[in-house]
Amino acid sequence: MNDWPLWEVFVRGQHGLAHQHAGSLHAPDAETAINNARDVYTRRNEGVSIWVVKSSDIAASSPGDKGPMFEPANTKPYRHPTFYDVPDEVKHL
Amino acid sequence: MYSQTQDAVTEAAPNLPDQVFQARIDSGVKIEPKDHMAEGYRKTLIRQISQHAHSEIVGQLPEGNWIGRAPTLRRKAILLAKVQDEAGHGLYLYSAAETLGASREQMIADLHSGKAKYSSIFNYPTLTWADIGAIGWLVDGAAIINQIALCRCSYGPYSRAMIRICKEESFHQRQGYEIMLALSRGTAEQKAMAQDALKRWWWPCLMMFGPPDTESTHSEQSTRWKIKIVSNDGLRQKFIDQTVPQADYLGLKIPDQLLKWDAEREHYNYGPIDWEEFKNVVQGNGPCNRERLHDRVEADKQGAWVREAAMAYARKHRKAA
Repeated sequence: MNDWPLWEVFVRGQHGLAHQHAGSLHAPDAETAINNARDVYTRRNEGVSIWVVKSSDIAASSPGDKGPMFEPANTKPYRHPTFYDVPDEVKHL
Repeated sequence: MYSQTQDAVTEAAPNLPDQVFQARIDSGVKIEPKDHMAEGYRKTLIRQISQHAHSEIVGQLPEGNWIGRAPTLRRKAILLAKVQDEAGHGLYLYSAAETLGASREQMIADLHSGKAKYSSIFNYPTLTWADIGAIGWLVDGAAIINQIALCRCSYGPYSRAMIRICKEESFHQRQGYEIMLALSRGTAEQKAMAQDALKRWWWPCLMMFGPPDTESTHSEQSTRWKIKIVSNDGLRQKFIDQTVPQADYLGLKIPDQLLKWDAEREHYNYGPIDWEEFKNVVQGNGPCNRERLHDRVEADKQGAWVREAAMAYARKHRKAA
């Protein structure tokens, strides 16, 4: 392992779907990371495409900031279609 | 910035964050890597997950013993796929432990020095081909029971690894049972081989669930933290109840004179487990402890030049770019 960096692995399950985080692994470079990700995360046809990103290159929001970051959306239910009362007999709304 | 916030909170009210942490667990919220967690929770999880990872890795060795001698090409391909899965499962688990701040190198060093443990079941030898059947059917069967419970554990990365492993592991148990079925429907010699394997693996498999609840040391705290979901004896009973009819179907006899259906409890009663043997194996004196550790350390040593070369190659290309 020595100083093999950590990579985060993202797999596209099918054409038309977004890449999703599958897990992580250590590898010396991007090419080896992709090859290893093939063996570790797609042994059963789970993917048609793989991205790898160095874990150290990912910036993440802090759990401590969860309130200020995400709570403002709670008070804005009018962003959802179900907020509005419209008559049943009017179609295609 | 995050860590500073944490320090400030800890200084002001030392117990508060841990109480909030326990309340989150109680309400069924999954804990994620950067969330605040009790220090004991982190430590216990690192020990539990790394032990689990080591078990997957060392677990490759008894089965690897038969890859070159599998009776047909079909069986050989299956066994290769299964052993490759175990390597993958080890890696998922090491990754989960790393999210808690454990380093991969340190975990592996602890395995090699004997400081870290792995499941005692892998210290038993695979003497015949029937042992490969018995491992899939019984050892993986027991592991699945434990792992299905852990899919609901409170730590997100561990729970996700368990879900993935359970999905993949189902074939392990089924291929093992298929081997046992073929042998028990075969010649008298083959059936005897299957019976012998069941006889040797049964009791060590029951020990896989750990000491009885009355003697299990960290159980209570782990249950509160939801990193232990069902008690050792509860899991063991579940395994016995599901396995006895499977053995009956094979026409094989489980080596326990006291094994008997209890209509009132609606469970099988079973005979006493030899915990002295268990302790002895955990302490390093099982039939294969030294061999397993030696093989593991040797494999690591022999792969060292590959890892160094890969790193040198990566460095060279980074410079060139």
